[in-house]
Amino acid sequence: MTAVEDKPRRARQRQRFGIGPAYDRAAGALPGWAWGLIALGAMILYGVIGQDTLGEDFYDASIETLAYVMMALGLNIVVGFAGLLDLGYVAFYAIGAFVAGWFMSGQFENANVHFATSEFARTQPGLHINFFIVIFVAGAFTALWGAILGAPTLRLRGDYLAIVTLAFGEIVPRVFELSTSGPFGIGTLDLSNGRQGITPIDRPWLPVPGLEKVGVIDIRPYYYVVLAMVTLVLFCNFRLRDSRLGRAWIAVREDEVAAAAMGVNLVRVKLWAYAIGAAIGGFAGAFLGVYRNTVNVDQFEFGFSVFVLCMVIIGGMGNIAGVILGAVVLSMINRFVLPQLNGVPDAIGLDFDVTAVSFGIFGFLLLTMMVLRPEGFIPNRRRRIELHEGELEAEGETLVEARA
Amino acid sequence: MEAASVPQPQAPPGKRVADFVSAQILWILLGGALLVLFIGNPHQTADNVKDGLSIGLIWALIALGYTLVYGIIELINFAHGEVFMIGSFVSVSLYTAFGLTTDTSPALIAIGLVPVLLLSMLASGVLNAMIERVAYRPLRHAPKLAPLITAIGMSFILQNVGLLWRPTPDAAPDLIHSQQHMFSIFGVSIVRSDVFALIVTVPLLLLLLWFVGQTKYGKAMRATAQDPDAARLMGINVDRTIGLTFLLGGLLAGAAGLIYGLYNLTVQFNMGFTAGLIAFTAAVMGGIGNLKGAVVGGLIIGIVQQTAESRLDNGSAWAPAVVFTVLILIMVFKPGGLFGEETREG
Repeated sequence: MTAVEDKPRRARQRQRFGIGPAYDRAAGALPGWAWGLIALGAMILYGVIGQDTLGEDFYDASIETLAYVMMALGLNIVVGFAGLLDLGYVAFYAIGAFVAGWFMSGQFENANVHFATSEFARTQPGLHINFFIVIFVAGAFTALWGAILGAPTLRLRGDYLAIVTLAFGEIVPRVFELSTSGPFGIGTLDLSNGRQGITPIDRPWLPVPGLEKVGVIDIRPYYYVVLAMVTLVLFCNFRLRDSRLGRAWIAVREDEVAAAAMGVNLVRVKLWAYAIGAAIGGFAGAFLGVYRNTVNVDQFEFGFSVFVLCMVIIGGMGNIAGVILGAVVLSMINRFVLPQLNGVPDAIGLDFDVTAVSFGIFGFLLLTMMVLRPEGFIPNRRRRIELHEGELEAEGETLVEARA
Repeated sequence: MEAASVPQPQAPPGKRVADFVSAQILWILLGGALLVLFIGNPHQTADNVKDGLSIGLIWALIALGYTLVYGIIELINFAHGEVFMIGSFVSVSLYTAFGLTTDTSPALIAIGLVPVLLLSMLASGVLNAMIERVAYRPLRHAPKLAPLITAIGMSFILQNVGLLWRPTPDAAPDLIHSQQHMFSIFGVSIVRSDVFALIVTVPLLLLLLWFVGQTKYGKAMRATAQDPDAARLMGINVDRTIGLTFLLGGLLAGAAGLIYGLYNLTVQFNMGFTAGLIAFTAAVMGGIGNLKGAVVGGLIIGIVQQTAESRLDNGSAWAPAVVFTVLILIMVFKPGGLFGEETREG
């Protein structure tokens, strides 16, 4: 069997390309909290000067990218930590965005509730609650739905689970779209305005002198808001990963039966993964709804779930730094690189718009990544060994020795 | 089967009834729903059933591709819906190439449709086998989710190829005058597209059953499905057998694509996604890996879909959501499907 003899060589090759080891060395130079502070400082500095130095367009893209980073971090909890392939993540984006739409717009004209909102919003009919409350409400509400949608999948594993989540991801936006007279068409309450969607949505507002004008002319405050949200999500991610629950997730991912035998409560652990992953998706979704000033069912298509999944996989499933990298790279490719490539089809004698086939390009990335380097660019060490079981054992690196 | 020889204590009648109900719950629920609908409005229900059976034949052809592939390598070939879409596109392009229009004489259309059918089947079959070679074979020994993710990638690639090929929905020529009334059974009007779907699908299904059940290649497929390693030891070329399975699945998807084009009269790049999920539902309903089950599942899903479309407010928008809900319910509560066979997933 020549295949067996090849394995150590192939494994060594894999180790050589990619930035895993270099990343490990660089990360070890300073303690983690120091790197965190440096990164935060740089991000704040960029927030102050970025709009003038790198341009409005790039600044706008940065805000969107940070929101995608949150989405990817949320999906990483489900896919990367707990190992449950979720193909319907867009459902939580939709739920979060719609919560923002309901509580921060004139959608429910008959209601007249205002809570800690700007002068202008106070004069409008409808529900107007402060953004900083709504994002947490959205997070809690999506967490609830994450657990509800996750519950039926608990008995499933592998690809059946993936398909069930995909089906939920298809059903949820459609239910929103068609609930123009009450949920499921029962009653009279218009939940979504159908295909038009909910617009406009209130801006974030803080009752602090000097900050009342948030986002009126200047998009800079949105940046600080999303940066604060990302910091919070990131902090939760690190703490969760190293917690008892985080270790339980990894145990379940590696071997469900063994984990259960060791006393891990599978139902609870999986439901927490769904709920927390969903909560982060809803949290980010509420922000995106507010930032784009519209909540529209056309935003919630299967392609988005795959886009976020692509970020997680390209960066490195289960590795927080990798997932952030994946989100930043893909989001920026989507925004800046693809429009630049419009000359390519012409050059090879075809006539089409590269941005129109962006999902096809992400599909291609997903495919090549899975075939060539399933562990991503900055792999999580345990995940990498799981994915190359057998090949790497020849190197003497085993799951028992590798730290998470 | 040793247990059969031991005399079993007779279970109490209540328990036997409960067992029967839980084993046959899908049949009972579906039959009951149909009966209620039929009593409410016999004519419309009969119409729905007829429409459902005829679109169900298309779903059955696609579902067979899922079931064949899942049966042999336990992979949900996510790109299968797109293979169907490409088959449909090929057939529509071939009509133009062969000069077939609605004005062509019926005899010429009948003669022309045969090569078009064969060529679109071949295109889809070869495409499906190539997908297997490029995207799935390198991951044969990877964890199970890796090929599923590449399958999604493949599906997106093909969908965008379709988008470049036909950016807008295109009309397929109404070669068979699909809505023309032919005859009536119990007051239900049978139109030409129903008959067309039947005369293309039934021979293909019989051929497939014969191929898998009676030929040497079919035997190799069944052996590989049972145990790939043992099959290899018995001298079966496992890789080639898997490739052949994908080819067969693709051939059926191509035929389904042609029928769908003539049935629906428009083709567009995103039709594969929904069709794929509906057909996958059918495959799961019939018990994935079970060929006859996939056909029965396809027909039932067709009826469910048509009934939802005609009975619900805003039905054509709700119908996919209804089908996906059925999918979730079956996967969660009855992963073995209608015939209750053990699946490796369950």
